[in-house]
Amino acid sequence: MRYSALALLRGALAAHRNWTPVWRSPQPKAAYDIVIVGGGGHGLAAAYYLAKNHGVRNVAVVERGWLGGGNTGRNTTVVRSNYLYPESARLYDFSLRLFEGLSRELNFNVMLSQRGHVMLAHSRHDLETMARWVNAMYMNGIDAQLLTREEVGELAPALDLSPRARYPVIGGLRQPRAGTARHDAVAWGYARAADALGVDILQDCEVTGFTKGPGGRVTGIETRRGRIAAERVGIAAAGHSSVLARLAGFRLPVTSYALQAMVTEPLKPCLDIVVISPGTGAYVSQSDKGEIVIGGSLDLFASYAQRGSFAVLQSVVAATLALFPSFSRLRLLRQWAGIVDVVHDSSPIIGPTPVPGLYINCGWGTGGFKAIPAGGWTLAHVLATGRNHELAEPFQLARFTTGRLIDEAPAAGIAH
Amino acid sequence: MMQLPCPWCGMRDESEFLCGGTTHISRPDLSASDPVWGEYLFFRDNPKGVHLERWRHAYGCGGWFNLARHTVTHEVLAAYGIAEPPPALHASP
Repeated sequence: MRYSALALLRGALAAHRNWTPVWRSPQPKAAYDIVIVGGGGHGLAAAYYLAKNHGVRNVAVVERGWLGGGNTGRNTTVVRSNYLYPESARLYDFSLRLFEGLSRELNFNVMLSQRGHVMLAHSRHDLETMARWVNAMYMNGIDAQLLTREEVGELAPALDLSPRARYPVIGGLRQPRAGTARHDAVAWGYARAADALGVDILQDCEVTGFTKGPGGRVTGIETRRGRIAAERVGIAAAGHSSVLARLAGFRLPVTSYALQAMVTEPLKPCLDIVVISPGTGAYVSQSDKGEIVIGGSLDLFASYAQRGSFAVLQSVVAATLALFPSFSRLRLLRQWAGIVDVVHDSSPIIGPTPVPGLYINCGWGTGGFKAIPAGGWTLAHVLATGRNHELAEPFQLARFTTGRLIDEAPAAGIAH
Repeated sequence: MMQLPCPWCGMRDESEFLCGGTTHISRPDLSASDPVWGEYLFFRDNPKGVHLERWRHAYGCGGWFNLARHTVTHEVLAAYGIAEPPPALHASP
């Protein structure tokens, strides 16, 4: 069913009893051409682009829990491409450009709001680093502006800009095309569009092992719902990548950490940009519902528990109130955490694994949501053709042997 | 908030400590190949279960020690000296 104003009107006349499920819930088939492990944004996007770009429709996405129940539904919904190195800039800006056309492409409103993203400078050193950063972004063809304190104040009047502030603001770096998108809608939109092209989405279907044939080549997966054969298998499991890699017999340069986020009770519109302050350790935006959405540092010890530590929550709230003293009376409504797959250079891994026929998309760490379209696109490319997409070529596992790292730690935002 | 057992100071709040990551990793010989160095520097087990890790009582006595901690429940199963081998554990996986 195609969504439109007319469909909505027709629904209204039928007391909205005409809506069909957004995707099917089929029984697993015995075999598929390609199986993707992980029904979050990256896995669903990969399935969609396999069908759309490569005409491979005999595809299944298997998900341990429910669609988008991992990091896709647990992030702070920020999309941006303000990265330093050319390799990253190309990849993340490709993603942002796909986001710009995504609602139309998927016929599903992902509520992209390019409200702009401002990183605050609290010292001369911050400002000098940002000047270099802005120049790098220009060189990479990405929109960027260096802001004065006054210009930051015009964009975010609620910020404490007084010279006596605990962390005085002396300038900022803005990416005007950055913003937010509805995270659930990205997962659901890709799921619906992939399903319409024939992809089977299998929820509640945990992978318990991989089957292998001659030469150690992967021939399929073992799941709680039985064995499923596949020509090729892709993994897009974020914080659980190491668990799946262990089942397949190899290790990854990944550590899993909890990254928490929180929202306050809703209030009238008062903040129409995304503000990040690496110096204080918080980033803040206001959702379309009016909640103040707050994120911060990782809980800096290995964890697979999808809950954050109170010690980190406290420091993130303190940082937020140092920036926005007027938020001090707001009550927190919800707080949660996702398990993120952090690698040493804060850059992703998209490509083949040591197991023939098995490919992986992981290592996005604290910033995977913004990369969903590009991560899906490039994983689909390598799954369909057996060759890396040119955007993914620098982001291979081999770089941890050659030493050709792409260190994007500052662009990852808060110092992790 | 987790509480962690510093061998010298006893149970203290998590916010007094810094985690130093996986423990019992020994540096290969300087003549080791690139793949061996890569494994040593970057590749980790990253277990969903018991993890042997180093911690420092940074805002306390400053000492390093080892923990066996479960990465799902965050339960501390053992604390032992930084140079000691891991104790035998009888924990649920």
